[in-house]
Amino acid sequence: MLKKTLGLAVIATVAIAGQAAARDQIRIVGSSTVFPFATTVAETFGNKGNFKTPVVESTGSGGGLKLFCAGVGDAHPDITNASRRIKKSEVTKCAKAGITEITEVKVGFDGIVLANAKTTAPVKLTKKQIFMALAKQVPINGVMVENPYKTWSDVDPSLPNTKIEVLGPPPTSGTRDAFVELAMEGGAKKFPTLKALRKSDKKAFKAIAHTIREDGAYIEAGENDNLIVQKLVTNPKAIGVFGFSFLDQNSDRIQGGVIGGVKPTFENISKGDYGISRSLYFYVKNAHVGTVPGIKEFIAEFTSEDAFGEFGYLTDKGLIPLSESERNLIREKATSLQNLKMM
Amino acid sequence: MTDIQNQTNKAGWPTNGANKILAKRHRTERNFRRLGLTAILIAMALLATLLVSIVGKGYSAFIQTTITLDINFEQEILDPKDTRSPETLKAASYGSVIRNALRTEFPEVKSRIELRRLFGLISKGAVQELRNAVLANPKLIGTTRAFELTASDDVDMFIKGYISRDVVEQDRRIKNNEIVWIDRLQNQNAIQTRFNTRFFTGGDSREPEVAGILGAMVGSLYTLFITFIISFPIGVMSAIYLEEFAPKNKLTDVIEVNINNLAAVPSIVFGLLGVALFLNVAHLPRSAPLVGGLTLALMTLPTIIIAARASIRAVPGSIRNAALGLGASKQQAVFHHVLPLSLPGILTGTIIGLSQALGETAPLLMIGMVAFIVDIPGGVTDPATVLPVQIFLWADSPERAFVEKTSGAIMVLLSFLVFMNAAAVLLRKKFEQRW
Repeated sequence: MLKKTLGLAVIATVAIAGQAAARDQIRIVGSSTVFPFATTVAETFGNKGNFKTPVVESTGSGGGLKLFCAGVGDAHPDITNASRRIKKSEVTKCAKAGITEITEVKVGFDGIVLANAKTTAPVKLTKKQIFMALAKQVPINGVMVENPYKTWSDVDPSLPNTKIEVLGPPPTSGTRDAFVELAMEGGAKKFPTLKALRKSDKKAFKAIAHTIREDGAYIEAGENDNLIVQKLVTNPKAIGVFGFSFLDQNSDRIQGGVIGGVKPTFENISKGDYGISRSLYFYVKNAHVGTVPGIKEFIAEFTSEDAFGEFGYLTDKGLIPLSESERNLIREKATSLQNLKMM
Repeated sequence: MTDIQNQTNKAGWPTNGANKILAKRHRTERNFRRLGLTAILIAMALLATLLVSIVGKGYSAFIQTTITLDINFEQEILDPKDTRSPETLKAASYGSVIRNALRTEFPEVKSRIELRRLFGLISKGAVQELRNAVLANPKLIGTTRAFELTASDDVDMFIKGYISRDVVEQDRRIKNNEIVWIDRLQNQNAIQTRFNTRFFTGGDSREPEVAGILGAMVGSLYTLFITFIISFPIGVMSAIYLEEFAPKNKLTDVIEVNINNLAAVPSIVFGLLGVALFLNVAHLPRSAPLVGGLTLALMTLPTIIIAARASIRAVPGSIRNAALGLGASKQQAVFHHVLPLSLPGILTGTIIGLSQALGETAPLLMIGMVAFIVDIPGGVTDPATVLPVQIFLWADSPERAFVEKTSGAIMVLLSFLVFMNAAAVLLRKKFEQRW
């Protein structure tokens, strides 16, 4: 009996494996920040009934591009989402695998907010203060020392006398990458010594600006932004770092902090006034257009005014739209599958 | 020495000294019992907290708010050429039928922004509901009928009391005018709460009120099926061979140590192995339950082998000797006597191994099963996700209504686990042999 089952299992496996041929479904991988938007478009696209609903995987920007650049063919994804621009090294890697034609589509902005519970006063910080509060090493009188600041008032006497307690994403997260790059690096540049270092030795500068302290003031709260929101509500002294869409959905319980005098609102991020915001992208493998059905139509859906437009359904999900002229330009480039040019 | 003798001689065993020692022993005994009881109580309290918080948050996932509207199935909108062909009915604009119904219900709403809000009361999934109703019964066209439509997630959250009226308007997802509309609908008894069947019959969705777990449940079943048909026969065969036939030497010792080690390997490692073996070498499809099942089978194998070996070893040697003594071959002795007697134990081990596999996400991350998949998988090679992955994806979604869905899905997963473990206990109770 057992032998029969085993035999059947092996035969079934082999038979099924042989069958896995031409794909009729778009496969998307990539950033967890773009994931909520890509899935919404995928669902709407599938509901229209002309094509199967694309499968969207959340692998992170780097992981997505790695899978994307692995090769051409059914086994490899057609589209990858990214919360940062593709790197030169990744384009070369793609080219080595025979992927020379890539369409880049910028879909909108995402703001990174520093928020706290509604029950206390809103956070007011500058990038310099963020760097001073969270970096592992800070310059004092021109010398780099281990971060000595325990409370916010240590950083700047105008800030409240509460312990520095920041809940944020771990290093694997794209949100963390962007936070470090935009907020911490921006703050580090304000110090003359570090600014000089940036000119002479960029690597050393980045090592200082990108390293977050590990003495308990910055708490890695996992990739789950909902969890950070819940912790903020129960601990009004703590400050959380996460994407704008979570602030948007929970604005009755938490409030976004003012960074450099600018509030994280829809309008401010979309105008580019808010300091910690980044662009979101997706990349299409042009070689797959035509072999996998629906890719062109999917791009058209994503870049339609109904989706990524000012009043599109993606804005309900927290995407901050591009300006109208930029949208039109991107729509034209995307639907004509214009090849990516790296500057 | 003499002292003790004197004491025992004088008054028998219950002397003062002996009494003291006895009291001390009783005291430590009592303390130990209390400690044990506290440990159990702490464990129970933690479990109770977990269950209460999950059920408290999650029970509302099984309830869904609906809004009843007088829907006019206008001929001009749905089927202007009067063909009644399924294609026309499928492609018709049911959204405008709903929008018209809301307009007639609230004629005073005129501005574009307000209309957007008004239309937002009804879920995007309602279009599908109307389409299905019309496809099932084309006679609806041309009539006006009261129809129950799923409300949007924000309305649902508001009715369930998760959104408070007291918050300042700009921080509330339901604005003042929406509250007025909802109150008016409620006064007309047009808002009901119903059992959320869609939660059990639908696939995943980005709209919380439409999202269901059927896709994940089917995915889990396919994955477990593959895991079972691969790991059970291989596991039992290896256990039989190692226990009954293999010579005891260095090589079998090494194999034994390795199997025990494998049981303790973190599951993500099996995921990496799965990618290397099944995706890169065998070129099986990504995100498929087939690959997930194979990967989890690798993970479950050591558990099954260890459990099977233990229960085979528990069969007394006299049974084997009796069979051999009556002229049975070694194989006959094993398959006619040892295996049937040890089967309850083997099955228990298998079920426990499978329920471990049911709750696993880490290895599936590597092979692409952590994905947004709307369609219900129809076979082991279709893209699919599994229950714990669905929980993870929902827990990570920004929409507030996904909090209750997450807890609801956890409850479903827990009941699956309880069911499987109860089956293991029952099997053992029913067929267990005591020697």
